[in-house]
Amino acid sequence: MSNTTQPVLKARFRLDEFLFEKSIATVAVISCVFIVLILLFVMRESLPLFLGKALDDIGPVKLSRVFDFSWIPVSNNPHYGIIPLFVGSAKVTFIAIFIAAPIAILAALYTTSFAPKWSKEILKPAIEILAGFPSVVIGFFALIVLASLLKNIFGWQYRLNALVGGVALSIAAIPIIFTVSEDALNAIPKTMVEASYALGATRWETAFFVLLPSAMPGIFAALLLGIGRAFGETMIVLMATGNAALLSPSLIDPVRTMSATIGAEMAEVVFGDAHYNVLFFIGVCLFAFSFTLNAIAELFVRGMLLKKMRGQ
Amino acid sequence: MAMNKKITGAVLVGICGTAAFLIIAVVVFVMGDTIIHGAGTLSWKFLSAAPSDGMTGGGIFPAIYGTFLLVIIMSAIGVPVGTITAIYLCEYAKQESIFSRTMRFAINTLAGIPAIVFGLFGLGFFVQFAGGTLDKLFSGEGNLIWGQPCLLWASLTMALLTLPVVIVSVEEAIRNVPRELREASLALGATKWQTIIRVVVPNSITGILTGAILAISRGAGEVAPILFTGAAYFLPQLPTKLSDQFMELGYHVYIMSTQSSDVDATKGIQYATTLVLLLLTFILNFSAIFLRYYMRKRARN
Repeated sequence: MSNTTQPVLKARFRLDEFLFEKSIATVAVISCVFIVLILLFVMRESLPLFLGKALDDIGPVKLSRVFDFSWIPVSNNPHYGIIPLFVGSAKVTFIAIFIAAPIAILAALYTTSFAPKWSKEILKPAIEILAGFPSVVIGFFALIVLASLLKNIFGWQYRLNALVGGVALSIAAIPIIFTVSEDALNAIPKTMVEASYALGATRWETAFFVLLPSAMPGIFAALLLGIGRAFGETMIVLMATGNAALLSPSLIDPVRTMSATIGAEMAEVVFGDAHYNVLFFIGVCLFAFSFTLNAIAELFVRGMLLKKMRGQ
Repeated sequence: MAMNKKITGAVLVGICGTAAFLIIAVVVFVMGDTIIHGAGTLSWKFLSAAPSDGMTGGGIFPAIYGTFLLVIIMSAIGVPVGTITAIYLCEYAKQESIFSRTMRFAINTLAGIPAIVFGLFGLGFFVQFAGGTLDKLFSGEGNLIWGQPCLLWASLTMALLTLPVVIVSVEEAIRNVPRELREASLALGATKWQTIIRVVVPNSITGILTGAILAISRGAGEVAPILFTGAAYFLPQLPTKLSDQFMELGYHVYIMSTQSSDVDATKGIQYATTLVLLLLTFILNFSAIFLRYYMRKRARN
């Protein structure tokens, strides 16, 4: 508010100023209208499913066939059940967050409370580099190095499976969980920490019993954003999970996630086909999921993500 | 008792330190592995030649060229639009109004949408809707020019994906321009628009540049949005028109490592391509970090 140009006196009307302002406003609004357009157009392509107009060789594809337990889209008797895909996404995301969350949150606590200056100066750029890793590079690493490494250690039946994908995905989720948690920890007023010291608490007691509990809302938001990142990530899971749409409770079976299904099958599908509509429907689900997570995270720490991208 | 507490403390701090060390180890391991296996294949010839022998030999020049075109067109569209949006949000919109809060929420949401959904949107909106309409109007019956995946649609999809990065970066820069500068300009009789274009924007140029670099780094690294909006497996010649398909570095890594006829024989190529991509994003990110650091230092003085 303070650092912006706000008119102090009532200005006289000038046509050029008016036109500039309106054209700037138009561009700004257009760039935001695209959010709505994204939802509309991804939905539009999945609409035939809802209207009962989606057709394949054996007749109309209704929504009941989408909430089914098997995914065999290309066959004489196609099945479009997205439940195995959802379970696949959930499994991989769970593994990723299970690994990434403790590492990222504890590392964030370390930098804010215990780290000597020199180690902060290594850790901060390391996180920035990690955040900048293209997902296809992480996917490649998982596919070529990690999968063989883990298979040699544990002797799994399948080289590519949910666990390999989840571990790789945790590499992608760590930076966002770390940065948002660190922000939350840094936002706790210094006076609270000092009060804790004054009462005789040690450094680690202050960190674990004062700092960490007070930063909980922010850390919760960090987890949500991490889940969103992991759930929607495509290239890593496409390359590292084996891509078999199996419905199994085992963590070392191959899985196929929702995002990877779109990535793998969209290129080969016939436009306007039922399969095509279902893939867009999966897109709508991904959109809805990430939107909800973001909205909840926003409620917890308003503008935290934006602040993060500002690099503050 | 006091001894016990000391041990607990040391153990907890040790665990936290280990977590931090693990992150550094992962970064070093991934980069080290890529460099060790990729550096051998990397040469000037590799960077400047086209793939040969059915993609089992030669270089990656078309992929580098395609990536270059993609990010140039993407930033030519995304950076101005993002900058203007940031100017509007900082200078014109009333800060706490419902309108500007809705816009901020929209940008926030845009930043969180999975990349693959952008790909779907690119296919549904740009390729099918916009391209299809253009073809119906201009290309004549049955001709497909714009109604198929191509460079333009891929760049536009990517511009949309990187828009939040640009907006956020420019916004910070604009807010760092001292209030006194604006007031001096207004006091000298400049209008609001003149002040913005002659004082605010020139003073936020580092922020705009940082935003552009970050957007390019993100755009060069994402593959999911271009999977079905324009990237091609192999093309015998370089793209010359906006309606051509193109090869791209990240897509090349994906294709070579998952769908190549002989994955083991091309491992050198895969590693070297990954190394090029990694170095590219690494250099871009570090220049952005450096610029941001420089900008903040100047803002503090």
